[in-house]
Formats: sequence, structure tokens, C-alpha cells
Amino acid sequence: MRTALYEHHLALGATLTDYAGWRMPLRYGSETAEHLAVRASAGMFDLGHMGQFEFTGWQAAEALDYALVGRLSELKPGQARYTLICQADGGILDDLIVYRLEEDQFMLVANAGNTSLVHEVLSVRLAAFDAQVTRIDQSLIALQGPSAAGILALICDAHLGGLPYYSITPGMINDVPLLVARTGYTGEDGFELYVPAEHASAVWWALSATGEPHGLRSAGLACRDTLRLEAGMPLYGHELDASTTPYDAGLGRVVRLDKPGDFVGREALTAAAESPRRKRLVGLVSNGRRVLRAGQPVVDARTREPVGEVTSGAASPSLRRPIAMAYVSTVNAPLAVDIRGTLEPVDLSSLPFYRRSKS
Amino acid sequence: MSLSYTAEHEWITGDEPATVGITPYAAEALGDIVYVELPEPGTEITAGDTCGELESTKSVSELYAPVTGVVVARNEAVIDDPSLINSDPQGEGWLFRVEVKEAGELLDEAAYQALIAS
Repeated sequence: MRTALYEHHLALGATLTDYAGWRMPLRYGSETAEHLAVRASAGMFDLGHMGQFEFTGWQAAEALDYALVGRLSELKPGQARYTLICQADGGILDDLIVYRLEEDQFMLVANAGNTSLVHEVLSVRLAAFDAQVTRIDQSLIALQGPSAAGILALICDAHLGGLPYYSITPGMINDVPLLVARTGYTGEDGFELYVPAEHASAVWWALSATGEPHGLRSAGLACRDTLRLEAGMPLYGHELDASTTPYDAGLGRVVRLDKPGDFVGREALTAAAESPRRKRLVGLVSNGRRVLRAGQPVVDARTREPVGEVTSGAASPSLRRPIAMAYVSTVNAPLAVDIRGTLEPVDLSSLPFYRRSKS
Repeated sequence: MSLSYTAEHEWITGDEPATVGITPYAAEALGDIVYVELPEPGTEITAGDTCGELESTKSVSELYAPVTGVVVARNEAVIDDPSLINSDPQGEGWLFRVEVKEAGELLDEAAYQALIAS
């Protein structure tokens, strides 16, 4: 599949990759340079592959409280929240951003690879409620980095100063109506712009022309992955999957066991919250130079006994060291990562690896 | 200076000792290179066998010996800063020098260009 911006990626000379059935830009030039541009000024991403849903009906809020682990009914129109959709056994089916647009209207954003599954599961779970879920076919452009707000303010009429993190508001860029959300997946301040597909090109070029003098670059999925890893943000299929509970993933805070009413997974998650942890998600840093990568075993450095596995790893452009997230069963041993038969000693690191300086 | 190539996207000079590196095509395809493992001087290498490793942000690639011979030098600068391979693959980004005993299966410029065009 191709997003509305596919032709632009070709024109920009992007290296394309297949991602969840989509032809997406992996990088336009150097992925390291794109990463550092997002940290230093700004980067612009096509996220048109992500699954978007409209969720409406007078019981929409109640239905979401039942279908998801969070308490979405407490959001006010204009607010957003990070949440999870779990199986009855507590395993994670996907992580989602939920925006409340109106009292009875929500927008959900799912991972590209989980779009169909999330749609099916939501449809089943809302059957008992007066609520409907519909796929939305609109473009999503992320503008991320310390200069993002300054660049966007030059061409967008939305009042960005009054738009807190995790909120959303309507706006216009060159007469194109869009939704401006202050959300992202990079660890920087930034925005996600929900744009009608037929206007995606116009918005992309307007942003690009306005932002380039301020250091804005087109940025691909390669740097999106290293940015989110440095920011300690999980990725479905890596840190999150159906055999992992929110507590395993260190996301217990998003499970609202205190909300009234039943929700899918309540029983299992209540038990999981009280049980000793089976595995824990940790950050690892290496003093060596070999890249830590997903799938490599984590071992006890003294005995070589396996104690876990790397879920995501990269040469961190910001820290200039190999970093990784991993699930381990113990943190009370010197750890090493088995890189193709060679043990690389690693240190535990708190997450995130990178935190932006707040001005 | 005329270069010869391997199907594994390495280039090698015709002088003695010969200098080996990876082609601009390979450097571009790999993406940003972040780690390099090169044979130490004194190492005997055999044409077609692996003799090192290149890691880019996304993948690990073996380095294959283009010829049989003895390594006489390696580029310490690219070990410190692997990005030299991306920025100047046929210059400052050279990998090692080798005393050639026996050439492997090498391609000339035209044959290599045909290979990457196919």
C-alpha cells in the first residue's frame, strides 16, 4: 500500500522499505543526520500508514472504558491519552493514542500492523453499547523537534501556546482544515497533524518550505525507531505483544484498576498487578561498539546462563553508544549480551536513555 | 588508478600491497555504518572467506576477502569513525592493505557496473 505522500518520497530520493504492508520511507539520506536534526531542530515524518479510527455514539466513552485498560471517559474534549488494548488474559494486543474530539466523538490511532485486528476487536467489544467504530482514511504528518512549534506557528493558525502536551485542536494551514495534536514518538516536543488525504501534499510542501530555513528535514522510519528507543518508548512487536502484560512492560500506570465497571482483562490484570514480576523491561548500555540488536540473548556474565533477550537495540546517535531495551528475569547479576557468540558486557540504564531539556 | 571489484561489492587496487574497501554502491545500500571489524596486520586471508564485519544502523554484513594474501595494514581511522566509509568509501574510508598471493574472482569496472545495474 502507498500513503498519499508516496510520490513525494520517491521525488525526494528516499530509500523505501516494506512496513506492515506499506511502502514507507526508511531514510531520505543519512538516518543519523535525520535523527540528530530532530534532536537539534525538527524533522517531518509521513505516518500515513498508521491505523486511524473514529469512535462515536452516546455511549462511546463508556464503550472505550470497557474495551481498553485506561479510563478514557475522564478525558475532556481536546485531550489525548496513551492507552492499551488487552486480551482477557491481560496480554497486550496494541498500544493506542486516544483523542477525545467531542463529548461523543473519539479518534484512535493504532499501529499499522495491528489496524485490522484492533478494528475487529473493538467492533466485538462495543456490541453491547450505543457506539460505532469506523476506519478513517486521512493522512498523518508528524512534525517533531525543539523547533517544531516555532515552524508550525509560522503557517498554522492554531493557538499553539495554549496547546498542552497530549491535547488536540482544529487548525488551518493554507486553508486546509486539519487537527493539530501535541503528541509524538520521539522524546521531543512536537505535533502530529491529521490532514485530509487529498491535501496531504499541499501541507507537506508548505511545512517543508517553511521549515527548511529553520533546519527542518524529512525524516524516515529508521530514525523514528532510534528516536523512540532513546526516549524509552515501547514498540509493538518488540517490547509489547500478546504474551506480555502492561506490568511486564512497566506500563502498569496506564491500567486503571480503579475505574468503575468491568473491562476486558480486569481479572487477569488485577492478578498480574499483585504477582511477582515474571520479567522486567530494562535499559542496557554497552561500552563496546558493536550494535545491540533485537533477538540477542542477555546472559549472566559470570555463568553465561540466559536471563533474557534484547527487544530493541541501536547505535544511539545522541549518546554515541550502543543502547537496548531488553526483558530480563534478574537485575542482580552482571549482564552481558551474546552478540553472535561474543559476550559484550552491558550496564543497566534507567529509561529513558534520553530526556529533552525543558526550556 | 584502475580498480577491480568483487561481487560482494568490494574494490581493490592493482598496486602492491593492494588497498581494499567497499564500493559507494555498498556504502549507500548499507546506510550509516557504525561499527567495523577488520583483520589485524599479519592475518592471512583467503579469497572468498569472511575477514571482517561491517555493521550499519540496520544490518550486519560480513566482509569477504577479495584475494588470498597477508594483511599488512588496516585503517585505524575507520575503526574510530566508521562514518568515513559512508562519506568517502574509495578514499579515506579504505579498509585494509594486503600483500596479494593469489587474486580471487575479480570484476573489472564494466562488469561491476553491469552487476549493480542488474
